[in-house]
Amino acid sequence: MKPFSVTGLKALGLAAIAMPVLAVTAPAQELKVGISAELSAMDPHYHNLTPNNMVSRHIYETLVGQDEKQRLVPRLAESWKAIDDTTWEFKLRKGVTFHDGSPFTADDVIATLQRAPNVPKSPSSFSAYVRGKELSKVDDHTIRIKTAQPAPLVPTDMSVVAIIPAKCKDSTTEDFNLGKCATGGTGPYKQAEYVAGDRVVLTANENYWGGKEPWSKVTFRVMTSAPTRVAALLAGDVDVIEHVPTADVARLKGDAKLEVFSTVSNRVIYFHMDHFREVSPFITAKNGSEIKNPLRNLKVRQALSMAINRPGIVDRIMEKEAIPAGQLLPDVFFGTSKNLPPVKFDLAGAKKLLAEAGYPDGFKMKLHGTNGRYLNDTKIIEAVAQMFSRLGIETEVETLPAANFFSRASQGGAGNTPEFSFILVGWGAGTGESSDSLKALLATFDPKKGMGATNRGRYSNPDFDAKLDEALRTVDDAKRDLALAAAMEIGMKDVGLIPTHYQLNTWAARKGFKVLPRTDEYTLAMGIRKE
Amino acid sequence: MIAFILRRLAQSAFVVAAMLVIVFFGVNVVGDPIWMLVSPEMDQQQIAETARAFGLDRPIWEQFLIFLKNAAQGDLGRSFIHGESAIKLILDRMPATLELAFVALFMAILIGLPLGLYAGLKPESRISRMIMAISILGFSLPTFWVGLMLILTFAVSLGWLPATGRGPTVSILGIETSLLSLQGWKHVTLPALNLALLKISLVIRLARAGAREAALMDYVKFARAKGLSQSRIIGVHILKNIMIPIVTVLGLEFGSLVAFSVVTETIFAWPGMGRLLLEAITRLDRPVIVAYVMVVVVLFVVINLLVDLVYSALDPRVRLTEATS
Repeated sequence: MKPFSVTGLKALGLAAIAMPVLAVTAPAQELKVGISAELSAMDPHYHNLTPNNMVSRHIYETLVGQDEKQRLVPRLAESWKAIDDTTWEFKLRKGVTFHDGSPFTADDVIATLQRAPNVPKSPSSFSAYVRGKELSKVDDHTIRIKTAQPAPLVPTDMSVVAIIPAKCKDSTTEDFNLGKCATGGTGPYKQAEYVAGDRVVLTANENYWGGKEPWSKVTFRVMTSAPTRVAALLAGDVDVIEHVPTADVARLKGDAKLEVFSTVSNRVIYFHMDHFREVSPFITAKNGSEIKNPLRNLKVRQALSMAINRPGIVDRIMEKEAIPAGQLLPDVFFGTSKNLPPVKFDLAGAKKLLAEAGYPDGFKMKLHGTNGRYLNDTKIIEAVAQMFSRLGIETEVETLPAANFFSRASQGGAGNTPEFSFILVGWGAGTGESSDSLKALLATFDPKKGMGATNRGRYSNPDFDAKLDEALRTVDDAKRDLALAAAMEIGMKDVGLIPTHYQLNTWAARKGFKVLPRTDEYTLAMGIRKE
Repeated sequence: MIAFILRRLAQSAFVVAAMLVIVFFGVNVVGDPIWMLVSPEMDQQQIAETARAFGLDRPIWEQFLIFLKNAAQGDLGRSFIHGESAIKLILDRMPATLELAFVALFMAILIGLPLGLYAGLKPESRISRMIMAISILGFSLPTFWVGLMLILTFAVSLGWLPATGRGPTVSILGIETSLLSLQGWKHVTLPALNLALLKISLVIRLARAGAREAALMDYVKFARAKGLSQSRIIGVHILKNIMIPIVTVLGLEFGSLVAFSVVTETIFAWPGMGRLLLEAITRLDRPVIVAYVMVVVVLFVVINLLVDLVYSALDPRVRLTEATS
């Protein structure tokens, strides 16, 4: 094992821009950013939510960082290594101070990992990243993390939990909202103002260990409506916006006063389907009579996948702001397969397969999805329904608000099973590698083991489970990469689910501002520079 | 008078209770809030733990009883998302919304009343016809579209006003307001105008109808015969009489300005309680939705009461005691 393992160190062949290295000269540089979602708190451990984590990264740092492609990089830990299969050792960076000047040591890490899983009233806690880990302090700048089972993902887990000073371990969420944790974090920015639902203002940490940032002040303004973000950018209210609506990308690219930055995201859009019921509630014969669930037949699943014109969806619906998908993560990420190109559109082949499966005349199926949860979700599901009609399947589409959809899609059926037969959903791999996607979406649903939690099709394949299990116990990066790829291939060849495309993450900025696009959708001031 | 107010309050309490039941159970019909709370990366065990922590694992009627028990002790619940008292969240954001609604209300009067009066007194003139045509547009154009057009015109193309957000605030008697600085007014102008548009049209129509009717009344003819100046006839005799329906309607409309500024607040990124409601609905933050509805019901009740009081002041023929009989 290398001194520190860089997970998924693979070249990302997409729009990565070179960051100009700037000498900071002009004083009082201000940066204003329009963000798309509201924070729920300034407490870094209260809620595992993208806008919370994104803003918290400026103030508090993690032991292990994730770079713009979500590869692990040293941050508060200078290096880490597995001593044996169940023990990890982290060497902490020396000379790092919190915002008030007090030094960062192993005690802060231990206090953090005690607090993070236990914040009261947390709607979505960080316990997943902390539980089952036993911490010990070797010296002030060395800690060891022991687990009961081999845990290759310990460094990845440590890239999610923000380190707070031990002094603030008893601070409440409200204390953090009011900025009462005066010690602050170790990050490049300090919390200056938080107006819930409106904005967060940060000021530069002059003594940041990594060198002072060019922005003396950064303001994040919440603009939940996409046209509003675009208008605010055009009017000069803000310098940078995130989540540019696909319909506006072409126009903004053509505007001489603006620049657009994008990269592939860790988010795949896919169809999950009913694998577990003998008779599926939203599938019947064309005359409406009950039939056996055709989705349990591999040939039917293959036919459906082949009937989807992925490049068509990407070109026409996503306005080219997406990439056709053949697995759960683009193959530049760790734990993905090189042998899984997007399934080719082949209507004749699909018809043939459907006939071989015993459905020469097709059947009737209702597709469900969200409206407004994923980019262009309603349009995509309607287009796919039409593609299936050409295959001879009579389709109907019902789209629902996310609040209604996810409840029913997760537990709306008999005995709290998933209600629908065929759904369009999306999944972002927060860890930047494939194990969490495979674990959540394709592993056999098993509450005791915590597997398949989001497996809304209840796909179950012992070969897949065995391979994934092997991967999750393999600490060696190279071997785990291969095992995960092998599991991915099993799941995809068996058409456990049907991926359609990977979204692109897109930012727009006023001319002169350069944004380093990230796969995890985070907008970080540390990745924005002025020419 | 006191009996009238008491009776009003009793009626309102019933409305609040009915709304509570409808909203509480209504949210659950939409979906189980737990699925909007948990991060997708959580496993079954953690989801179950979170549901337990929020009491969402219990049957809905049990959740309702717990809610009632807490409400009786003055606790209307904490936001699932923010972890803070739902009422506090709403009250924190209320000043921004009230500010917007007040400015919109004044715009409706300052713009709508003169235009409506003119159209009523000179119904045949070309300008009057134009005013009426524009008021139809005000009624029929969707708010979100007009809002975006306002931003595109005044913020993006002309660059006169900022497109989004609220200006810097100062605290006066414990209330945050942005209306004491030029910057604050620049920020509030577009969203308030957008919110006011429908009300302006409404006032124009009411004022026009009232003025046309009043102009033919005997007291106006008499005043004219007496030789009073035109401005006194319009400013005192006509205006005072047409104000009665306008005050009634605007009073009621003020409630809807406050309660349903959701669209305008979202488009102009205005940090008010409308956006809080929208967020709460999309994420099934039940305590906030319930508290919001209660706040709005109370608001309407208070406004109705005030309208009645003003009404009786404006029109001596109205006695509040009669209204109860």
